[in-house]
Amino acid sequence: MSRTPETDAVEPVQSEPSLIAPVSAEAAVSTDPLTAGFLSETGTALPRRHRRPRVFRGITGFIVRRTLLGVLTLFVASIIIFAATQALPGDPARAILGRTATPESLAALREQLNLDRPVVGQYWDWLSGVVRGDLGDSLVAGQPVTELLGSRIVNSAFLMFISALISVPLAILIGTVSARRRDGPIDHALSVVTLALAALPEFVVGIAFVVLLGTTVFTVLPPVSLIPPGSPPWNYPKELILPTLTLVVAVTPYIARIMRASMVEVLESEYVEMARLKGLRERKVVWRHALPNAIAPTIQVTAINLAYLAGGIVVVEFVFAYAGIGAALVDGVANRDIPIVQAVSLLIAGVYVVLNLIADVATILVSPRVRTTLR
Amino acid sequence: MTTATAPAGPAFISPKQRRPGVVLLLGAWGQARTKIGLGLVILLVGCALIGPLFAPADPTEFVAAPFAEPSADALFGTDNLGRDVLSRFLWGGRSVLSLAILSTLIGVSLGVAIGLVAAYARNVLDDVLMRTMDVILAFPQIVLALVAVATVGPKLWLLVLVVGITTAPRVARVVRGAALDVVERDFVRAAEGIGVSRNKILFGEVLPNVTSPLVVEASLRLTFSIALISALSFLGFGLQPPAADWGLMINENRLGLEIQPWGVVLPVTAIGLLTIGTSLIGDGFSRASIGIQRGARAE
Repeated sequence: MSRTPETDAVEPVQSEPSLIAPVSAEAAVSTDPLTAGFLSETGTALPRRHRRPRVFRGITGFIVRRTLLGVLTLFVASIIIFAATQALPGDPARAILGRTATPESLAALREQLNLDRPVVGQYWDWLSGVVRGDLGDSLVAGQPVTELLGSRIVNSAFLMFISALISVPLAILIGTVSARRRDGPIDHALSVVTLALAALPEFVVGIAFVVLLGTTVFTVLPPVSLIPPGSPPWNYPKELILPTLTLVVAVTPYIARIMRASMVEVLESEYVEMARLKGLRERKVVWRHALPNAIAPTIQVTAINLAYLAGGIVVVEFVFAYAGIGAALVDGVANRDIPIVQAVSLLIAGVYVVLNLIADVATILVSPRVRTTLR
Repeated sequence: MTTATAPAGPAFISPKQRRPGVVLLLGAWGQARTKIGLGLVILLVGCALIGPLFAPADPTEFVAAPFAEPSADALFGTDNLGRDVLSRFLWGGRSVLSLAILSTLIGVSLGVAIGLVAAYARNVLDDVLMRTMDVILAFPQIVLALVAVATVGPKLWLLVLVVGITTAPRVARVVRGAALDVVERDFVRAAEGIGVSRNKILFGEVLPNVTSPLVVEASLRLTFSIALISALSFLGFGLQPPAADWGLMINENRLGLEIQPWGVVLPVTAIGLLTIGTSLIGDGFSRASIGIQRGARAE
C-alpha cells in the first residue's frame, strides 16, 4: 500500500466487529478538515522528511499549524455563507422582500445590505465588520445583531455545556460496562438501545420527551423552556431539564459505542493481562489501568460529537422555544433576516472549527505514541 | 487472466466466487437486526405508499371541530384545522420518503464519482477535490440547509439539492478511503495496460471492489437524510400548508398536544421507527462487511 488512507488512525477501533455500527461511522471517520490533516500527519507513518521552519516543528508547531488551518477554514466558511446569502445571482433585496416590495423598501434594503457596491466590496465590508464585532443590524428588529444575540449565546453555550457535562461521563460509563460484559446480555441490550437512540432525529426525541413528561403521559415538567431575556439560564433548572435530556440522548450513544470499542481493545492488551496476572481484581484493572488508556482514542470522537451539538441545538431550541442562537437561526430563516442568519451560521461554523482544534490538540497531549512521531 | 474481460465485471474475482454484493447481502440477511429493520421499513414504506388508498377522508377536508378527540368519524381525532388526523398521516409519508431517497441518491452518486476520481487521480486533483469537500464539512448539514432556505425560500428542489450536496463529501471520503487501496492493485494496472478508459476502470473495476463500505455508508446517509428532511419540514421549511406531511403535521399540532396528542404522536412515531429501521439495516450491512474483511484477511 503506497498511499496512506486517512482512516488508518481509526483502524484499531474498526477492527472490533460488533461495534462500528453505521451510525458510528460518522463519529469514527472524522469529517472535519482539521482532523483529516491531523490523521494523515500523525496517525500513520506518512513520510514527511522535509524540514519545516522552526515555529512549525514539534508540539507547539503542530498547534500553530492547526490554528492557522482553522482560521483558513473559517475564512472559506465565511465566503460560503456570504456567497449563499448575499451574492447569489438575481436581486437579493427582491428575494428577501418578496412580492410586497415597494421601490422605496427595496432601495432602503439595498442600502442596508450595501447591495449597490461590487460583491467583493460588500464581502469586505461584512468581514471587517465581523472582525470588529459589528455584525450589522437585524432587518426585522432593527437592533444591532450583537445586542440581539448576546444573551442567546450565553443560553446556548450553557445548554451545550451541561449536556456535555452529563453525556461524556455517561457515555464512558456505558462504554466501559458494555466492554466488560462483552457479548453478554447487558452488552447486547446496550448495543441495540444505543443504536436505536442514535438513529432518532433530535426533534423526535424532544417531542417524545414533551409527550412523556410535559403534556400528555405525565405533566411534571414544563413543555416549553421560556427563559426571560436578560436572566441567566441557570436560574431556570426545571426549564433546562428537557432540552438537556434531548441533547444528551442525541450525543451519548455515539461516544458510548466508540468508548466500548476502545475499551474492548485495551482489555485485550498485554499490560492489562499483566495487571490481571499480578492478581489485581478485575474492577481495579478496568477502572484504574484500562480506562485512562481507553479514553484517549475517544477524545477526538467526543469533540466531534460536541461539535455536532452545535448543529443539534438548532432543532432542539426550536422544539422547546429556548432562547438560544439555534432558535434565532430558525426565526432568522423564517423572516429572511439575512444579518442574523449570517452571524449565527458563522458562529456555529466557528464552534465546530474550535472544538475540532481542541480535539486534535488534546489527542496529541494525551497519547504518547502520537506525541513522539511529531518530534 | 480475467482482466482481459475486465469491463464485464470485477476482475480479481474468479467466476466461481460469488460477487461481493451478493456476499454482503447474504451476510446482512443473516443478522436478526437486519430483518427487524427491514420489517420496520417495509411497514412504514407500505404505510406511505398504499396508505392513501385506505384514508377515510380527504387530507385537506374539514371533518370536525379542531383538536377533537378520537371518535367513530375520526379514529385518531382531528388536527389544528379540524382535518382527519389518520387521513393526513396516511398521506403524509410519501413526501418525507421520496425527498429523503432522492437527496440520498444525489449525494451518494456525487460522492461516489468524486471519491473514485480523487482516489484514482494520484495528483493535485485529489487534494483540490478533497479540500473542497472539507469546507462543506465545516458546517453541520442543517445549518447549510437553513442558510440556503433563508436566501431562496422553502423550495422542495432546494432541500433535495442541499441535502444531496452536503451528503456527498461524507460519502466521498469513505469511497476515496476504500478506493485508495484498490487503485494500486494489479488488475487496475492491467486494465490500464490494455487501454481501458478511465471511466470504465473507475466504475467497472474499482467501484465493485468498494461495494461494502459504500453500502454501509449509503444506508447511514439515508438515515441522516430522513432525519434532516423531516426536521426541515418540522421547522416549516419543507412542504407548505395545506399539504399533508409528517414533519409539518408535528409542527401544526404541537400547540394542541395537551388536548389531542394523536396529531403529533402518529407522525413522530412513524419517523422514529423509520430511522430506527434504516439504521438497523445499515448496522446489519456494517457487521456483514466487517465479517467479509476478516475472512479476506484470514485467507
